[in-house]
Parts: sequence; structure tokens; C-alpha cells
Amino acid sequence: MSEISANSYPRSWKKPPLIANRLLRWCLWFGAAIYLALALGTMEINWGRVAEGLPRGQKFIGAFFPPDFVSRWDSIVDGILESIWMTVIATVAGIALSIPVGLGAANNLAPTPVYLFCRAVIALSRTFPEVILAIFAVKLFGFGPFAGFLALSIATVGFYAKLLAEDIEDMDARQAEAIKATGAGWFQWINYAIQPQVMPRMIGLAVYRLDINFRESAVVGIVGGGGIGATLLTAFDRYEFDSAAAILVIIIVIVMVLEYSSGYLRKWVQ
Amino acid sequence: MPVLDTNEGPVWRRRTTAAQWAIWGGWFVGVAIVVYCWKLVSDKTVWFFVTDAGRQAADMASRMVPPKWSYMETLWRPVWDTINIATLGTLLAIAMAFPIAFLAARNTTPNAGVRAIALLVIVSSRSINSLIWALMLVAIIGPGVFAGVLAIGFRSIGFCAKLLYEAIEEIDAGQVEAIEATGASGGQKLVYGVIPQILPTFAGISVFRWDINIRESTVLGLVGAGGIGLQLDASISTLAWTQVSLILIVILATVIVSEWVSARVRHAII
Repeated sequence: MSEISANSYPRSWKKPPLIANRLLRWCLWFGAAIYLALALGTMEINWGRVAEGLPRGQKFIGAFFPPDFVSRWDSIVDGILESIWMTVIATVAGIALSIPVGLGAANNLAPTPVYLFCRAVIALSRTFPEVILAIFAVKLFGFGPFAGFLALSIATVGFYAKLLAEDIEDMDARQAEAIKATGAGWFQWINYAIQPQVMPRMIGLAVYRLDINFRESAVVGIVGGGGIGATLLTAFDRYEFDSAAAILVIIIVIVMVLEYSSGYLRKWVQ
Repeated sequence: MPVLDTNEGPVWRRRTTAAQWAIWGGWFVGVAIVVYCWKLVSDKTVWFFVTDAGRQAADMASRMVPPKWSYMETLWRPVWDTINIATLGTLLAIAMAFPIAFLAARNTTPNAGVRAIALLVIVSSRSINSLIWALMLVAIIGPGVFAGVLAIGFRSIGFCAKLLYEAIEEIDAGQVEAIEATGASGGQKLVYGVIPQILPTFAGISVFRWDINIRESTVLGLVGAGGIGLQLDASISTLAWTQVSLILIVILATVIVSEWVSARVRHAII
């Protein structure tokens, strides 16, 4: 008896593959290999130029020890403050705009034409990266933080309204019904049935978006949208790696502070 | 329960007087900050350009139609480059993020010092936008697709590693213990106890990041890091608006296709 079970019981075990179908697995591997070969083959890398850049890269890394905060301090402070103002008003304006759009894009609230229109607005503002929005804002509204503010606000609408709409769609319908049963008007219904349900998550997301907008505000400056990005671009164009390192350190520190405080705030709200 | 005592007896209220004042105070400070920021931005804005923007926009729109479809012939190559930047960058990122995530997760890290370094790498990588990474890398190793791949890769390390180490910290410890009870070594515990638990998350994160990277790699060309952004930059600076509109359409199409692909793949995995 024991002899039989010892023979029939497998003595070794192999991990089952991630993709069970053998043919599909081999086709995927094969396709991936061909793609990689093509991609690497058509990528023109100028190794001479890369090798030439290595000492410069070393110099750049060396610039972080220590970074030079002093020689461009005034323009760094200007740029950082401008980024912060821009971030604050862009977040506030973007969220103010996304509340109506988000309400309209929730299919349990809005009639179909409004729903489709609001979803189209969201899809459009989500597709293009902040930088492309900023390029057009700069073309239309001139250089400066106003263009950056507009670009960030539009991007905020795409992000915030979408999440707001999804949150409303996921809400508990019974509470909404209960408020409706008391004879509440539309605004009262929104205010007492929907707002309390979505508020904690939305406050958290607002802080998160503030965080994202600050990061992006560093980028819109590269195309002329004001803020720290312009200062950073100038530093790189002049090969002033010490100052560039200082700016990067400041950005990292502010982002870290924002991220920790936003995480803390979100925990506190929820 | 906050109650207001009146002559007719207690009346229910939502908040105590102190809470009500605190909320009003918070709103007051918030509004004051926003108004102040708005004033600072508005001081730096040339309002003539802003009031002129409507006419400018109409003018620009009229120059953009019809898109110059014949320009598509020169665009295939940049589109291919853009996709390669995103894909190879994502591969590079996940290859580096995988070990970093294990070093950063509380339950798999060798010691606290290594964990702190891994977390620092993650934060630095995440705080700096891919466009800024590209700006740096173009300054160091010269313009081209390679700088774009590295920029996308460096930016994505933090994102992938952060989500992955959070997944590692949330794994079921019982399974790892079960593997340990069979007498497995540390490496075997990782391969058979930890990795199978995080593999679906890992694949999901990679595809999600690839989708984001497609979007981001469309603009890297603005600072010289290859892809369709180069053509966008060139067309905008030569005021070739019919080419610009075609490029925007192409970017839109690429982003939509990549979103569709990533949704399909994630659906298949999870």
C-alpha cells in the first residue's frame, strides 16, 4: 500500500506558468523578442556622444555635493513662490470648475445629453499632457504664470471631475433616496445626500491634486508658463549644474513635505 | 450632540458654536490665501494679451483646419520612436524598480539603512517630472531617443517601486511562513512565497505605467529627447498650424489606443 502511494505521488513539483496556453505563451515571447529587436535596432544611439557626456554627468552628480543655493538665490525664491501661487489658484479654480462637470458626468444624476457632454469635456482635458496645454495657453495668453495657471486648471478638471463622477456613481443610493423622500429640492438633495458621502474622499483627492499641480508647475515653466521651471531651464542652458542641483533639491523637499502632509491629512479626514 | 438652549426648549444643531467658528475661520483663511495668490499672479500678467485671447484662439483655430494629412508620412517614424521610448523606458524602470521595491518593503528589506536609501531613491525619482529628467539627460548625454528612454525609465522607477513595495508589505504572511516551514532558503521564500502573491499587481502596475508613459513620451521631444514632441515643437515654432493640428490628432489617437490596450491587458491579468 505504502509502496504504491510512494510511486504514484509526484516527487518533484514545477511552478505552473503564468499563461496556461502553451501556444499563446510562445507567441507572446516570440512577439516580444521581435519587437525588442526592432525597437533597439531602430534606436539610433550616438555612443560617442554618450561617452562624451559621462564626465559631464559626473560633474552634475558632483554638483549635488553640495548644491549651490547662494548665487541664484533670488531667482530661485522668485520661481518657487510663483510656482506655489500658481499651484494654489490652479487647484482651487480647477476644483471649482470640476464640481459642475463632475456632477454632470455622473450617470445616476445627469440626463444622457449632459452626461455625454461632460464626459467629453473630461476626456479632452485628460488626453493632452499639461505641457501641451501650457504651450497653447502661452501662445494665447502670453508668457507668465497666468498661462501656467490655466493649463493646470484644465488638467485638474480632467482629473478631479472624473474621480468625483466615479465616486458619485459608487455612492449608496439608499441615502439619496431617503433624502428625496423628505421632499428635498435638487440642491438640498445634492447638499445633504451626495455631498456628505463623497466629501472625505474628495478632500483627500484635492490635497493630492495640489501635490500633483506643484510637480507639474515645475514643468509648465519650461514652455514659458511661469514658475520654477523657467529658472531650472535657464540653469541647464547655462550649464550651471550647481544651481540646477539646488533647484532640484528644493523641488524634492517641497514635494516630500506636501506628500507627507497630504497623506497625513487624508488619513485624518477619512 | 450640540444643542442650543432657547426659551421654547433645546433645539438640535449640527455643530457646536466653537466648531462652527472654526469652520468659518478655516474658510476665511483659505479664501484670503487664494485671493492673495491670485493678486500676485495677476500682477505678473499682461491683461491685454488675455483680453485678446479670444480673437487669437479663433485665428489659430482657423489656421489649423484642415490638418495637413500628407505630413503623416514624416510622422510615422516619430510615432514609432514615441512608442519605443515609452515601452523601453517602462522595461528599464520595472527592471530597476523590482529589486528596489524589495529593499524598500518593511518585511523584505535587509536592514533599516538600506530601506532608507531605497525610499530616498523612490522619492527623488517620483518628485522629478519626466520632462525635467529629459532636460537633465539631454544636457548630459545629448539629444535623442536614448535620453528619452532613460528619462522615462528614471521617472517610472519611483512610481513602480512605490506601488510594488506597498503591495509587498500587504502580502499574506501565512503563505511565506508555510514556504519557510518546508525548509526553504531566503531566496526560495521570495520566489515561492512573495513573488506569486505580488505578480498580478506587478503586471498591472507595469501596464498602467506604460499607459502613462505613452502620454508623457509624446512631449519629451520639446526638450530634445526624441519622439513626436520634436515635430510638435518644430511645427509650432515655424507656425505650421496645419501640421500642429495633425500632430495633436495623432497624439490623441495614440493615447486612446494605448489606453484601450492597457485596459484590455489589465482586464486579462486581474
